[in-house]
Amino acid sequence: MKPSRIPLVTTGIVLAFFYLPIAALVAKSFNSSRFSPEWKGFTLKWYERLFERDDILAALVNSLKVALIAASASMLLGTCAAFALHRYKSRLQDAHRMMVNVPLVLPDILMGMSLLLLFIAAGVSLSLATVTIAHITFCLSYVTLVVLARLQDFDPNIVEAARDLGATRLQAFVKITLPILFPGILAGGLLAFTLSIDDYVVTFFVKGPGSDTLPTLVYSMIKKSKELPVINALSTLMLLFTFLLVFASQRLTRPVNR
Amino acid sequence: MKIRKPELLATAPSFLWLALFVFVPVAIIFAIAFRPALPAGRIGEGWSMDAMRSLKDPIYPSLLLRTVLISFFTTALCLALALPVAWHLARLPPKWRARILILIIIPFWTNFVIRVFAWQQILHAEGAIAETLRSIGLLGETDRLLGNSAAVIIVSVYTYLPFAILPIFAAAEKFDFALLDAARDLGAKPFRAFRSVFLPGIRQGLVTAILIVFIPMLGSYVIPDMVGGTDSQMLGNKIAQRNFNDRNLPQAAALSCALTLLVLAPMLLRRKEKTA
Repeated sequence: MKPSRIPLVTTGIVLAFFYLPIAALVAKSFNSSRFSPEWKGFTLKWYERLFERDDILAALVNSLKVALIAASASMLLGTCAAFALHRYKSRLQDAHRMMVNVPLVLPDILMGMSLLLLFIAAGVSLSLATVTIAHITFCLSYVTLVVLARLQDFDPNIVEAARDLGATRLQAFVKITLPILFPGILAGGLLAFTLSIDDYVVTFFVKGPGSDTLPTLVYSMIKKSKELPVINALSTLMLLFTFLLVFASQRLTRPVNR
Repeated sequence: MKIRKPELLATAPSFLWLALFVFVPVAIIFAIAFRPALPAGRIGEGWSMDAMRSLKDPIYPSLLLRTVLISFFTTALCLALALPVAWHLARLPPKWRARILILIIIPFWTNFVIRVFAWQQILHAEGAIAETLRSIGLLGETDRLLGNSAAVIIVSVYTYLPFAILPIFAAAEKFDFALLDAARDLGAKPFRAFRSVFLPGIRQGLVTAILIVFIPMLGSYVIPDMVGGTDSQMLGNKIAQRNFNDRNLPQAAALSCALTLLVLAPMLLRRKEKTA
């Protein structure tokens, strides 16, 4: 039987579809024409302009701060939650599991809107702190799921063995359980970090004056049609950074002897 | 029923956090929807049906229908593209499979807002695509690629397609392709084998893909805001508008209630399916 060509062709088209907008963005960031999409010659002036803008740097720092705190806090809370869900079977855990799952299906706009109403009802003024609380909330569930998956592959006999060999409960936890689970916890943390850095909708609802993150700042620049080529330059740098990160992690995780 | 202390200690942090920042806020949405609105975004004392009654406004049925339709077409297109790609990936040798998977995921590590912005520029009236279409007469002089539901659907497909590919691929990877040969040997035509053997075989992946695209699409806000026009705004845009422009929090809350119910509907369907 002759295999159908449809899957191969579709995959090619889909990959082109994925990379076309990004390629256009990179090309535009070097185009000296400000408004028209025509090529008017190579320039680096948008990159120079980018580095002159303090607000972009401040937003980047805000984004990193929020993402670091949200990732660390959700790693702690999520690991705890995963342990409870894995270890105990009870009505409480059924309810717990349901609570962990709800944020996964709640659309961003509902989460943003509901948190905004909570902060207003509680009389909390909006700031970077409210943004961080919101980010921890949507990261928590993802970290729990990732750690839980790792726990399911975990062989409890190893801990038993350590205990038989004279380790205390704490020693067994610190020397056996944590190191084995660590890659899972770290993967959860990385996922939380990327989710936090990427978030626009929830942040937009709960951010206060002066607490712009990179996505909300870029969004308002786009809405005002202000310095669009600078956004292209910024996007290109972010892309480059992502590619380097992927490349590095590929190199790090590659088996040594092959 | 007695719950032991270590269990409580391990459960409490995440349980209380989620209760305080997910469940209480959602309950507040439902409460505020029944409060009177005061000017300048304040919420009045006492109870009022005004916000709920405002849902009877004739603009809402069409808004709701549009939200569901745009979500539906986006999901359908995502499935139509994800199925062949997942099939192709599952049949590739593992080395190539990993490479193509990485290629599919990398673009989505860029910022979401920036990806939508990239499309905004591509579909722009003076962009290359519009110029080309105009020169071959497929696009009239005054027609625009931006600012309509088609643009919203294209960019939504771009955003959600990887989320449809991954679960379908995960299911297809476990599918035993020899079953298709067996079906062919028993006389099934290729399409029949695909429909009656392959699709049921990857059913769980399909269900996950549909939910993972359709549910967030219902709450879509950024994409219609950036590439849609006035006649392609969705429920999410109306919530944001009532909230930030009209400063009418009870009405925004009432709309959020409607969206919550809309989101819960497919989940309830799924539960029914699970018990069946």
